[in-house]
Amino acid sequence: MRFYEFEAKQLLAKQGVPTPSGGVAETPADAERIATEVGGAVVLKSQVLSGGRMKAGGVKFADTPAEAKAAAAEILQLEISDQLPVSVLVEAKAGIKQEYYLGVTYDAIAKQPVAIFSDMGGIDIEEVAEQHPDHVAKRNFSALLPFSDYKMKELIASLGIGGRELTTLTRIGSRLAHTFLKYGLTLAEINPLSQLDDGSFVALDCHLDMEDEARDLQKDLLAEMGIDADETRQGRPPTDFERRGAQVDQVDARGVAGRVVEFDGDLGLVIGAGGGSLTIFDAVQRHGGNPANYCEIGGNPSVLKACELTKLVLSKPGVDKIAVIMNVVSNTRVDIVARGVVKGVIEAGFEPSDKIVFFRIPGAWEGEGFKILEKYGVEYGDRTVSMSEAARRAVEKLGAS
Amino acid sequence: MSILVDENTSFIIQGITGREAVNMTRECLDYGSQVVGGVTPGRGGRDVYGVPVYDTVREAVEKHGATGSVLTVPPAFTRDAVFEAIDAGIKLLVVVTERIPRAQVSEMIEFAAMHDARIIGPNCLGIITPEKCKMGGIGGPAADTRKAYKPGNVGVMSRSGGMTTEIANALTAGGLGQSTAVSIGGDAIIGSTYAELMPLFEADDETKAIVIYSEPGGPMDAKLSEWVQENDSRLPIVAFMAGRFMDKMPGMRFGHAGTIVEGKQDTAAEKLRRLEEAGIAVAEEIEQIPALVKERL
Repeated sequence: MRFYEFEAKQLLAKQGVPTPSGGVAETPADAERIATEVGGAVVLKSQVLSGGRMKAGGVKFADTPAEAKAAAAEILQLEISDQLPVSVLVEAKAGIKQEYYLGVTYDAIAKQPVAIFSDMGGIDIEEVAEQHPDHVAKRNFSALLPFSDYKMKELIASLGIGGRELTTLTRIGSRLAHTFLKYGLTLAEINPLSQLDDGSFVALDCHLDMEDEARDLQKDLLAEMGIDADETRQGRPPTDFERRGAQVDQVDARGVAGRVVEFDGDLGLVIGAGGGSLTIFDAVQRHGGNPANYCEIGGNPSVLKACELTKLVLSKPGVDKIAVIMNVVSNTRVDIVARGVVKGVIEAGFEPSDKIVFFRIPGAWEGEGFKILEKYGVEYGDRTVSMSEAARRAVEKLGAS
Repeated sequence: MSILVDENTSFIIQGITGREAVNMTRECLDYGSQVVGGVTPGRGGRDVYGVPVYDTVREAVEKHGATGSVLTVPPAFTRDAVFEAIDAGIKLLVVVTERIPRAQVSEMIEFAAMHDARIIGPNCLGIITPEKCKMGGIGGPAADTRKAYKPGNVGVMSRSGGMTTEIANALTAGGLGQSTAVSIGGDAIIGSTYAELMPLFEADDETKAIVIYSEPGGPMDAKLSEWVQENDSRLPIVAFMAGRFMDKMPGMRFGHAGTIVEGKQDTAAEKLRRLEEAGIAVAEEIEQIPALVKERL
């Protein structure tokens, strides 16, 4: 999950990272008031989860409180990547001498956290690393041993930084690393970290990501920040259909049948598992099909879960038929999924033989599963029918109906 | 020959009395694997299908001399269970558990490295050397496992547990058996990546080719491409990349924890480009894999 910029700044400020003076405005009047308090020129920034705010017109400058009010009114109504902002961040605008980049994330090759520093802040770090590799320094550190600040000092000094800049940047970088470890973050980035004309440093923009796996451990922090458990905070807010998918997955603790993502198509998919779902989704598209949804079944879910997931997919407007496809299963039982899906179709008021265009799940308990499908006249394939072939048959059958 | 596990491998199961672990124990025993003990704190003295259960790993290792462990404990207790196993001398850990926070995974792997132990996973189904040893849930019940996996010369590595078996099944249908198949795990950080397992396959006379399954997210495929180019590998590699649709959906997580497009290097397109640059063949469909492997043998 991604934090909004204002949340990230509040969290970092509490850990001792200097941030610009200002506040969060939910209305144009708020923005005017904050601009008055700040005094002087301000910058107003749309609070959305997607990137590319600057290009989309989500960042504006104002010299007076009246201008700030007008700018806030515009930003609050501007959708960026189909999202309206939750608020506008109003901050003091100051003269900048130099921009730096400081980030902490995980390095999947070293399998450790990595701190990244650049004296070319303000632009995308991937771009700097590609075009100016001598302006980017990286240093891995242990998640097992306590973090020690000299690591940040060595990192920053390696780009030739000395004097007061070195000690100040070391302090800010170390606080960033401590915050990263303390709150189970997967990305903590200050870009730009700016040195102002008066020599002081301030985190002008920052980006913090927390992985879903850490949310349970960070319940107190999230509650304090007012972030609900059902806020997924991914690339876009969840749709109503996706929220109902999450509810299906919570009907009991057995296995997974959910992780639903909504698409515009007409072919409902009841698919699994993790990698299998990706493979099947690609195959349906490659054969010219239009999936109505993505989902995942795995870990041997109950009949109830498979049944509720099927009903959910069938309830989506525009879904005419469903395809039930998985890779060769190891622990998920074919018979349980077959029973759940057939039950779901019947409970939704349809005929399994009509609504299920194709069923392909070979593997554990397949004999029992195939018996159920035969009883209800559902067309199915065993392991000699590939996942792609199953997708092709489903797409063709839907097209012919 | 094979890698990691063979007919002499004996292992324990940590969390053996859990519902899925009990099934897995049965499956491994039926397949002929040597499951010599199990651990569940507070359940010492019981047995699961004749496998004795202990309170501590140390006791299980002292009594039975196992060097491997399959861990199926809840995510909140996995780090402790991994440390316990390594401290008791376990050298090969298959971590099945998913949803372990990344910081803890990083800690587990560093601790393992300090003790010369290897972690496979987390979020994986295990390792199989066909007809010799199945270490984990990979392949499912013994009868189903025997349908999908046959002994042979192809090494398989996959970020998806289910797709490991799907690929083995396609290879078997195409007349190609497997030397060893490893479900390496779907998390953003895993104990053993493709490039780290390659030297083991390279040193195994029986392995003549490699098939990998990959997904968007992470630098592991790029690292494999690098390894292949730097080491002049004798093994032809065929790759299958799922999740190509995700390139258009940055920031959204699909499938595994590590499967998310955050930067250019995470996209399927960029990964495919790098794999092809290293001379790795890319299959559009699973069923093309056997022919692509045969062309390169």
